[in-house]
Amino acid sequence: MIKNMRRGRMLAVASVMTAALGVTAACSSGDTSGSTGSSSSSSAAPAEKITLTLQTFGGGTNFGYKAAVEKWNADHPNVQVKYNNLTDSFENVYWPQMLQWLQSGTGAGDVVGIDEGGMGLAKARPQFFTDLGQYGLQSRQSDFPAWKWENGINTEGKLFALGTDVGGMSICYRSDLFKKAGLPTDRDEVSKLWGGGWDAFVKAGQDFQAKVKDAKFVDSINTIYNVVLSQESAKNGNVTYFDKNQQLIVDKNPAVKSAFDFSEKISKAGLTAKMQNFTDPWNTGFVKSQFATLGCPGWMLGVVSGTAGDKFKGKWDVATVPGGGGNWGGSWLAVPKQSKHPKEAAELASYLTSPEAQLLAFKEGGNLPSTIPAQDNPDLQSATNEYFGNAPIGKIFGPSIKSLQPTFLGEKHAQVKREVEQVLTGMDQGSVPYDQAWQKFVEAGQKAAG
Amino acid sequence: MSVHLHTQRADPAPPPHRPGRRRSRPTSRLWSQLDLKAAPYFLISPYFVLFAIFGLFPLVFTLWVSLQDYGLAGGDATFTGLENYSKLLADADFWNAVVNTVGIFVLATVPQLVLALLLANALNKRLRGRLFFRLGVLLPLVTSVVAVAIVFTQLYGRDFGLFNWLLGHVGVDHNIDWQSSKWSSWTAIATMVDWRWTGYNAIIYLAGMQTIPRDLYEAASIDGASPRKQFWSITLPMIRPTIIFTVFVSTIGGLTLFAEPVMFASNRMDGGTTGQFQTIAMYIVEQGFRNFDYGYAAAAAWLLFLLILLGVGINYTFVRRIGGSR
Repeated sequence: MIKNMRRGRMLAVASVMTAALGVTAACSSGDTSGSTGSSSSSSAAPAEKITLTLQTFGGGTNFGYKAAVEKWNADHPNVQVKYNNLTDSFENVYWPQMLQWLQSGTGAGDVVGIDEGGMGLAKARPQFFTDLGQYGLQSRQSDFPAWKWENGINTEGKLFALGTDVGGMSICYRSDLFKKAGLPTDRDEVSKLWGGGWDAFVKAGQDFQAKVKDAKFVDSINTIYNVVLSQESAKNGNVTYFDKNQQLIVDKNPAVKSAFDFSEKISKAGLTAKMQNFTDPWNTGFVKSQFATLGCPGWMLGVVSGTAGDKFKGKWDVATVPGGGGNWGGSWLAVPKQSKHPKEAAELASYLTSPEAQLLAFKEGGNLPSTIPAQDNPDLQSATNEYFGNAPIGKIFGPSIKSLQPTFLGEKHAQVKREVEQVLTGMDQGSVPYDQAWQKFVEAGQKAAG
Repeated sequence: MSVHLHTQRADPAPPPHRPGRRRSRPTSRLWSQLDLKAAPYFLISPYFVLFAIFGLFPLVFTLWVSLQDYGLAGGDATFTGLENYSKLLADADFWNAVVNTVGIFVLATVPQLVLALLLANALNKRLRGRLFFRLGVLLPLVTSVVAVAIVFTQLYGRDFGLFNWLLGHVGVDHNIDWQSSKWSSWTAIATMVDWRWTGYNAIIYLAGMQTIPRDLYEAASIDGASPRKQFWSITLPMIRPTIIFTVFVSTIGGLTLFAEPVMFASNRMDGGTTGQFQTIAMYIVEQGFRNFDYGYAAAAAWLLFLLILLGVGINYTFVRRIGGSR
């Protein structure tokens, strides 16, 4: 095993070293296929520059690749990367658009980010993505926990995606607003405040709301819903809307019902700002201090800091989540078949998911690394986040990330998630009556899956 | 044209002194015949060729797709006949979209055309800075739809929107969540449409009004007709063809309404939490490109086409009577 690992690393190093040569080869072949080459002697001509497009999604700092991409661009003058974060919203905008591009054979970038919710469908469409195994990336297997690796293998048994980050869970809170409400502000005390579980959290919310009128306790019903769903699904066989045979179980899964019931409770208690996450009003809500807490998987830290901006630096803090760990979110990178430079794109995907780049992303946005070497890195364990009042995020997330359980998400997960959460928001905002909400929720899920 | 004249003149008396050209004459005759008969068609063909490629072919292809179970994201296509249509006609969400579209259309178009008519009538009067005002009403048209929709969506914001702020000053202390109910979202979208298109229709009406001979009005004045009477009895009947045109264009535009409600819904296709303002065009995109049910979306597109024909027909019978038997 160890031998295998070492050989794998050697291979990876070797392939990075040969990347530059690969560029030359790719370019000369490009010349012969019709572009107006400057001269006939291909060997003497300097290697032509290529540009790879990296497409991601997410709010704030999203994948946290700014530093990692800058480093790559400095090291690879001939393979420049254009880092393009397309939109906040995965299910509503990014993924439908991406599938359209994949289907039509043009438009998708050379390396594209895929959220966990899209992986079920991506796995079932091997025709869309390049087999990364042919570029020697099987060697990366030893870097990843088994579940993160295996989710990147498609129905044809080919490796098509490499894992970026994992979920983990915490609660982000505004210490200044907590102070205003007479609640504790220190993160350990805040963690203790709702240490008794979600009921204690609701109680804290009611105390908060009694004192503070111009801000709500919770940002949106669907953020808190997803936090609870990720915890509950870990207790119910790690499934959400679909069972492992791709059968819709939205009406039968106790995890979904518990998460729904809790969301209903928190909405009825009047603790939500009645928004929908990853929309403009929600982004505005950060800047206008419209809510005091927010369920925060690792990647959400970057969403908060990137959206709220410097004005709120030090006002946000991180506490532990009530109700135990959960795994919400986490993404993969894949290389669409339509990429004109699949070899270089595969190199880039491998680089961006390397322990080194994952640690850069962690520093930038709080995205928790999925590779074992990065998770074991002492820098991670001792990391603090300046934006969140130097919160020891390594200590908050560190112990849990290695024990995170993978959640199984069906092929149509993104569609079902989009529709049922719409009903939740409708319930919260008043357009769906509470007594009809569960039925509508189930119906919306069934319609989206059918 | 010159060739045309040449053949006309050559036919009755062929010039005898050109024997060498005689053999080639049938071909040149053919060419000039072709020139005469085919050239006009050739010259107008670019439009029809483009229409065939980008208009007719998609139309027919959509019809073909609508008869199949056609998955977009890598699914397969199987012929299912009219199943998509029968499913659609029983789909409450589709009818919801139809009701929304027609509702927003009525709410937007009626005030818009009436307002445009009044505006055009005012601009047709002699007033200072006429050109300025005439250009002014056209200005909103220059702005992009998306920009209009983004700005209006902000104005209609629940917590920090201008309209709720203004309403707060006249005693409405509860912030209206404009997206969350039908009447408020329809109103918001209708104002976006009207803001952009009222001036455009006014200018078209104005152009129509300027073709009405002045002496008609002078004669009416001498007969003692009031300006109001003149408007009803001269202006309206005389610009009827113009009104019919604007009604057609507004019907087509209103029933295919898309950009404004999409922007209003934060870029989503489902038009609010329970589809309060999902239009048919949004429904088509949702089915085709969000749920990847391409065949179903194609069927919905065809039903929309039929709906537009129906809408235009109904409106035509209405508008035809304007000022007719009065």
